[in-house]
Amino acid sequence: MVGLRRDLLTGVIAIALMTLVLGLAYPLAITGIAQVVFPGRANGSKVSFEGRTVGSKLIGQEFDGRAYFHSRPSATEYSADATFFGNAGPNGAELRDAIREDLAAYLKLEKPYDHSLTREQVPVDAVTESASGVDPQISEANARIQAHRVSAVRHLPLAEVEALISAHTDGRSLGVLGEPGVNVLQLNIALEEAAGR
Amino acid sequence: MFEGWLQIGLFVAVLVALVKPLGIYMARVFANQRVFLTPVVGPIERLAYKALRVRPEEGQDWKGYARSLIVFSLVFWIALYLILRTQGIHPFNPQGFHSAPWDVNFNTTSSFVTNTNWQYYGGEATMSYFSQMAGLAVQNFVSAAVGIAVVVALIRGIVARSGHEIGNFWQDLTRTLLYILLPISIIGALFLVSQGVIQNLDHYQAVHTLTGGTQVLAQGPVASQEAIKELGTNGGGFFNVNSAYPFENPNGLTNFVELLLILMIPAALTYTYGRMVGSQRQGWAIFSAMFVLFIAGVAVVYLAEQHGSPAQHAAGLHTHAFSGSTGGNMVGKDQRFGIADSSLWTAVTTVTSCGAVNAAFESLTGIGGAVPFVNLGFSEVVFGGVGAGLYSMLLYVLLAVFIGGLMVGRTPEYLGKKIQAREIKLVSLGVLFTPLTVLLSGGIASAAPIAKQSIYAGTNPTGFSETLYAYLSQANNNGSAWAGYTGFVQPHAPGNVGAYGLSFTDLLGGIVLIGARFAPILFVLAVAGALAGKKVSPPGLGTMRTDNPTFVFLLIGIVILVGALTFFPAILLGPVANGLSGRLF
Repeated sequence: MVGLRRDLLTGVIAIALMTLVLGLAYPLAITGIAQVVFPGRANGSKVSFEGRTVGSKLIGQEFDGRAYFHSRPSATEYSADATFFGNAGPNGAELRDAIREDLAAYLKLEKPYDHSLTREQVPVDAVTESASGVDPQISEANARIQAHRVSAVRHLPLAEVEALISAHTDGRSLGVLGEPGVNVLQLNIALEEAAGR
Repeated sequence: MFEGWLQIGLFVAVLVALVKPLGIYMARVFANQRVFLTPVVGPIERLAYKALRVRPEEGQDWKGYARSLIVFSLVFWIALYLILRTQGIHPFNPQGFHSAPWDVNFNTTSSFVTNTNWQYYGGEATMSYFSQMAGLAVQNFVSAAVGIAVVVALIRGIVARSGHEIGNFWQDLTRTLLYILLPISIIGALFLVSQGVIQNLDHYQAVHTLTGGTQVLAQGPVASQEAIKELGTNGGGFFNVNSAYPFENPNGLTNFVELLLILMIPAALTYTYGRMVGSQRQGWAIFSAMFVLFIAGVAVVYLAEQHGSPAQHAAGLHTHAFSGSTGGNMVGKDQRFGIADSSLWTAVTTVTSCGAVNAAFESLTGIGGAVPFVNLGFSEVVFGGVGAGLYSMLLYVLLAVFIGGLMVGRTPEYLGKKIQAREIKLVSLGVLFTPLTVLLSGGIASAAPIAKQSIYAGTNPTGFSETLYAYLSQANNNGSAWAGYTGFVQPHAPGNVGAYGLSFTDLLGGIVLIGARFAPILFVLAVAGALAGKKVSPPGLGTMRTDNPTFVFLLIGIVILVGALTFFPAILLGPVANGLSGRLF
């Protein structure tokens, strides 16, 4: 019983100490350092256009309209404060129907501007929902297809649009890690800026 | 696929390179020797013992060690539950979130105290910053340290030639926190912020998007929690979509580092083990068995996911890779991770008991999805959770020694100590407790009509996978999910207004979590107690070696045998039915 009582006392003190050190001192110290050393990144890597904040370069947004590059389909409508997985099973008939519809819509949208486009050339990312629901990127192949439409609608030379794509493609980290992808928000901001010139 | 294999190869190379230095460092920490951090941490450590009223040099027998551990965990359970229940009155709550319902909090508390981090709630939509920092993240540290303490105690029992002492729980806990978990977390957190993981205490920020819509950006102290979430193999995301969310895992490099954080301690502990028992070959033998099973899992997921899913093919989508496109099953995967990094993560997080995800498990292909099932079916002994993986594997090692001894007709001995009836009874209980819990709870939840409301996918193999995996994950203290399965309904997310828990699911899960964590711990400590002080006989010609390829092969065989025999029928009904039939439901 003496041992039990001693353990109880030690346990209660330990919890108070650990909550103070690991639960408050540690995260608050990291917050303090982060805010001084990396203020932009610690606060969400925000990007702005014409002086107003339009989002974060890490968090994807929804784009409609023919003048923009479109992000990937999202199960959450690009929610950034209530996230969840789409949870479509690999053998789901509903998933098949959703992909079929997205594929048809993609071809219908892009083919008038890229006549040689076939179903086989549509990259998987263009018609599948991401994990995060806010995937900031699309694949390079996806961007190259959409470039035809954007260049026609905006009356920009295709070469200029393709140059913008390259400028906003994030390569693999250190040249090896991860997959390359095109940042849709930054690319669209660059397009708007090009239009403003 | 070349770039994919290259990344996987690079990861494995860096991991293996870390095993020795980190293993030596940890061995010194557990042996109370001086390390390079001692000048800084030593005074804090002594202050901690004074405040805790602990005499660290006072050893405990297994019962004393177990009593301290259980009392500590129980008191901490109560503290965490109270923090979560009273969320509405705490500071650092800019969104003004009220508490989640009691049954959800019961499940969440049990989940974090057991190093599981199974989540029916979505972090950014339910928890205040205070709950995340001072409640959940504290447990990320502490539950990890408890797991490590248990394996250290077991090793001391295996080694001890006299007496019954297996160390001092409070000292192991304190030293693990101060010398291992906290320093690595500080470095990890700062690195993650430098790459774009957020770390602030601000309001969620509403922005007008480029095309005039509105998007509310959730904020929070993410990096500090992310680092220990991976390092402690906890896995509970700050955000609901976990490490798929760019604010938790913004690029290929953070993904790589987070994977290393998950696997470095479980892998290096095998080296620590070899050092503590005085034979590095013993450590490498265990490492090899784990490594083979791990790599096999990675390869299967990667190949299956790269092939694509039946639903994609039926829709007429071509899933081959070509220049500028990853191809494969990109449903529930983010572009920056693609197929390779998502597959590697899936294997890493399920061999360890981490459970953090960077892709949606429920959307994995049938065969790709079978790998998490199998990894959990092995009871998390392939590296496993910090500490928990090695102590569970050591039970399998003793089992292998026993079975091997029976096969060749010799008295089973491990490191010179006879393995007798008492040890084998305890080992069997420890090995079988978790699988039995999974099958019982999974069976009840599959059969009970009241549990049907938790299932998202309906009555088909995917729906069955949801249920089985939920209890497989909770019993193995993993925490990853076929995330359609739910115990929490939240109609007005973000925020808990009008939210309610599904009590049956929450309570069954909570009981499974606690039982399958602490019962095996007690069996392990009892084994440590039984082995401590046993006479060591010198190895002779008749001794079965436990550090050569034959033994590694035997060990792998026994892990597969126990896991496969227990779970094969159940796994057939879920992911394998999806994978082999190719039918749509």
